[in-house]
Amino acid sequence: MSEPATDTPPPPSRLETLADTIGTVCGERLRRVASIASELTFEVSPSQVVEVCRALRDDPRLSFQTLADLSGIDYLTYGMDEWDTHSATNSGFGRGVAGLGEVETPVAPMERRFAVVYHLLSVNLNQRVRLRAYCDAGEPPLIDSVVEVWSGANWFEREAFDLYGILFRGHPDLRRILTDYGFIGHPFRKDFPLIGHVEVRYDPEKQRVVYEPVSIEPRTLVPRVIRDDHRYEPALNGRAAGAPGKPNGR
Amino acid sequence: MAADIQSFTLNFGPQHPAAHGVLRLVLEMDGEVVQKADPHIGLLHRATEKLAESKTFNQSIGYMDRLDYASMMCNEHAYVLAVERLLGVQVPVRAQYIRVMFDEITRILNHLMWLGAHGLDIGAMTMFLYCFREREDLMDAYEAVSGTRMHATYYRPGGVYRDLPDTMPQYAPSKFRAKREINRLNEARAGTLLDFLQDFTERFPKCVDEYETLLTDNRIWKQRTVNIGVVTPERAKGLGFTGPCLRGSGIAWDLRKKQPYEVYDRVDFDIPIGVNGDCYDRYLVRVEEMRQSNRIIRQCIDWLRQNPGAVITGDHKVAPPRRVEMKGDMESLIHHFKLATEGYSVPAGEVYAAVEAPKGEFGIWLVSDGANKPYRMKARAPGFAHLSAMEEMVRGHMLADVVAVIGTLDIVFGEIDR
Repeated sequence: MSEPATDTPPPPSRLETLADTIGTVCGERLRRVASIASELTFEVSPSQVVEVCRALRDDPRLSFQTLADLSGIDYLTYGMDEWDTHSATNSGFGRGVAGLGEVETPVAPMERRFAVVYHLLSVNLNQRVRLRAYCDAGEPPLIDSVVEVWSGANWFEREAFDLYGILFRGHPDLRRILTDYGFIGHPFRKDFPLIGHVEVRYDPEKQRVVYEPVSIEPRTLVPRVIRDDHRYEPALNGRAAGAPGKPNGR
Repeated sequence: MAADIQSFTLNFGPQHPAAHGVLRLVLEMDGEVVQKADPHIGLLHRATEKLAESKTFNQSIGYMDRLDYASMMCNEHAYVLAVERLLGVQVPVRAQYIRVMFDEITRILNHLMWLGAHGLDIGAMTMFLYCFREREDLMDAYEAVSGTRMHATYYRPGGVYRDLPDTMPQYAPSKFRAKREINRLNEARAGTLLDFLQDFTERFPKCVDEYETLLTDNRIWKQRTVNIGVVTPERAKGLGFTGPCLRGSGIAWDLRKKQPYEVYDRVDFDIPIGVNGDCYDRYLVRVEEMRQSNRIIRQCIDWLRQNPGAVITGDHKVAPPRRVEMKGDMESLIHHFKLATEGYSVPAGEVYAAVEAPKGEFGIWLVSDGANKPYRMKARAPGFAHLSAMEEMVRGHMLADVVAVIGTLDIVFGEIDR
């Protein structure tokens, strides 16, 4: 049994009107990128992010007075597989295989690796928009802070700095927020291993907590990354859910 | 002589009972007045978002319960909504009603937890006992439907794990409870889950009246909360407030009404709002929300009684077929095996799905690169934005008011530290 869509996205016409308004207000500074039907996504260059955000907040037709979310993302391994599964493997899909999931840090800074994503919300006009700003290539990645536009951005930017090492120019108090005091590295980067680098324990002889290199082996929890998989296509093509489908024949 | 000592620093928490978990608050005090407050968070950071990147989509549902561990199913809800929107899966309408009903049960659970703890923090010990009495019943509803009292993992992309059960778990005889007491408890649990919940919704408004008798006009309660931690509507928007904290400041914003998901547009309820934006108004808003949730549960029960049907999508590429079928049908077995070992691939793209969680807007930003596990998953926790406004709210208040403000923000560190 299937019913009309579970949630009611705003009618497309309204979304297009909003896109047009944003286009008139921000002009060339924003570039619309494809996204799912009920959402709007724009890309903005890191040097213009503050003026664009201020325009989005202050224009009465847009009125994005709330920053719902701000987060970093690392596109280092986007679309890459940890394991080549096109041909048979003779090493097996064992879980304790060392070296899997380890990602090399690129030698030269990668273009369009780190991005900051802003989810804006207008409580007055009941509309949302997503902005994405790729940081300039280079280490550390740099972008302007939007704390002066929305005070709520303060902790979100501290979090993105802590987890991704993105520096926010003009942030009043850019300290680590989630990780331990004295933590080294930026744990959400794709080249930071899931098991981390150090572990802590209480040393009864020294009578204090000591940091040591991790003793556990990295594990691959999902041994196969499948990507060229046609199983979900019927659902997208609007075929009645539940109709018998062909099992994933390989 | 003592005049050169201007201010001193006070460490509040992380082991303070009123810190609601593991908040470490570094307060700069001038006498008893707070000059500066610097919350240190992250003591409960488990990198849930990073863990999700190495798991199939369904394996992360259980982690969602452990984010805001006082409103478990609402977190799951945002996550499964995000996956469903990327997949384009249709959810059976009965599953939508079940989700709405359990979202509202969760809201009552959360607000009872909040009311009890907030009361306890600022001197109303009795509240805690009353609130936990009713919480126990709702925990039983969780247990009946999912087998666990808290971390349910009940919502699945495409629906819910199973239909509502026809029996309720019963109290067993024990030497700690009199037989008459056990019979009384089991009486309400004799029928189906819906019977039990209906009985609860009949009892619950009287319970809320009891809470209000104790607190609403209580002189001490008012002295502790009125005009404490005032947030103007403009500041509330700028600081990223959502949920009862935003409504307490007088803004009628509720995702259930404004951007309805599931069947919230088919149920009847009201959005309470405050006037002054102080702790007392936020208290009134949350208490009224419990009554409204009770109303929604009532409507869901009536609908669910009359409309049996499927509770999870029949698309077996996303949701497994019934286990019984697996025993005799090769294709079902393959579906089970595929879903259990490698999950399903989600089309490349990104989505932000938000629900009106009891604490505010809980959103999941999910990025997929087309693989069978998320590329990036970010949980937008309402408490994170609320706690970041802590400094602004307590500056100039007395030390004792800090506790009232922590309580009124309804913070839970599972979701703030993630």
